[in-house]
Amino acid sequence: MQRTPLYKAHLAAAGRMVDFSGWEMPINYGSQIEEHHQVRRDAGMFDVSHMTVVDVLGANTRTFLACLLANDISRLVEPGKALYSCMLNEQGGVIDDLIVYFLEDDRFRLVVNAATRDKDLAWLQRQAQGFSIEVLERRNLAMIAVQGPAARDKALGVLPAELSAAAAELAAFFATESGEWFVARTGYTGEDGFEITLPADAATELWQQLQDAGVKPCGLGARDTLRLEAGMNLYGQDMDESVSPLESALGWTVAMKDGRDFIGRPALEAQKNAGLQVRLVGLVLEDKGILRLGQTVTTADGSGITTSGGFSPTLERAIAFARIPVGSATECTVDVRGKQLKARIVKPPFARNGQACAGVL
Amino acid sequence: MSDVPSDLRYRESHEWVRLEDDGSVVVGISDHAQAALGDIVFVELPESGQSYTQGDACAVVESVKAASDIYAPISGEVIEFNPALEDDPSLVNSDPYGDGWLFSMTPSDPDEIDQLMDKKAYIESIDG
Repeated sequence: MQRTPLYKAHLAAAGRMVDFSGWEMPINYGSQIEEHHQVRRDAGMFDVSHMTVVDVLGANTRTFLACLLANDISRLVEPGKALYSCMLNEQGGVIDDLIVYFLEDDRFRLVVNAATRDKDLAWLQRQAQGFSIEVLERRNLAMIAVQGPAARDKALGVLPAELSAAAAELAAFFATESGEWFVARTGYTGEDGFEITLPADAATELWQQLQDAGVKPCGLGARDTLRLEAGMNLYGQDMDESVSPLESALGWTVAMKDGRDFIGRPALEAQKNAGLQVRLVGLVLEDKGILRLGQTVTTADGSGITTSGGFSPTLERAIAFARIPVGSATECTVDVRGKQLKARIVKPPFARNGQACAGVL
Repeated sequence: MSDVPSDLRYRESHEWVRLEDDGSVVVGISDHAQAALGDIVFVELPESGQSYTQGDACAVVESVKAASDIYAPISGEVIEFNPALEDDPSLVNSDPYGDGWLFSMTPSDPDEIDQLMDKKAYIESIDG
């Protein structure tokens, strides 16, 4: 199994290590619920060094990304600006979701999922043919996500001075870089914060400095409940190559209004013209119990399935995402271990910025 | 190292049993089990009056990670379940041998209690 540069720091902090798509990662360091609250209420940090960083280089990069991505790269005007997008196959299925950063006219950075690294790189290399660009995977980097209402303040206090000054000025979804260090005001928790990419050999020192500043280590368990509450999809669970972004509550990330010809566009147009059959929604369990992925959902419009589920520490009840038939149903039942439990159908997010969202409780 | 009290008996599926003076037993899950499960967020307990044979699935403990069946450590009838767990299932984490007890039973065959593991045998089973 692969280990990140912070592996020893996780062991020192009594992290419970699990196999996360071939990486030995901490699921928690104690109570997962306390780690969740730490991020909603103060500041926590996650080792996300397993994620794949890919730089795309060359004068044709913007043209290439306009073809590759379902979201519109021309929205990236100012250097440092980030964009969330799906990368689709010809059938409109989601190969991966990613964040793309515009750094210079001939240099963009993609951050893609760890579990999809191999197929993503193969797809990028294949599609890059004819564009005379370079697809360069960046190894020997670490990535630390510092998240929570106090995360920025605490991180700014320990970043190198020049970088800290630049990071303090970042608007949401912007990044700044200094040498190999890269600080983005992005995240996967529904809280403010930074995702800091840095040389692998500097990771342990920064991790320790953040810890000394009161940022607590949090595991991938809390990361999952935070992103679920924040209404953010997990690739491989909530969407994959068998569904389109339109069937995954990601229509907002697909830019169809311009005439841009991106991979998967004809398939999405055909899907729209034929009428969508399914939608991805949020569920809030009314009865007592816990929702998990893979449970059957019954609505007045037909049946579906949960794609993610768990206990929401902020709402103190079970929540889920579910893919169900398109329609007007606002309630459903979920088969939880043989019992039909009542749930409400809601539009995520469930919680953001420390609070339950209006309409979900 | 997890806590394994010497006055209890244990089943290999990590339930503990405490024999009370009136001949009834109290059932819970071990410290080792609660630590492995992680934060417990929901407990589904048997109704009083229900009868189980040793080894029957009779309750469910759901943690942040997964749902786990709890098996009747002995045969008998359920007297009562722990009402405090409905509001605060985390008692199973914080006090697995005390306030986090699951339910009590009237044993139908008290010999089954003696056949359960003692402290030493249970420690060997979780270390092995």
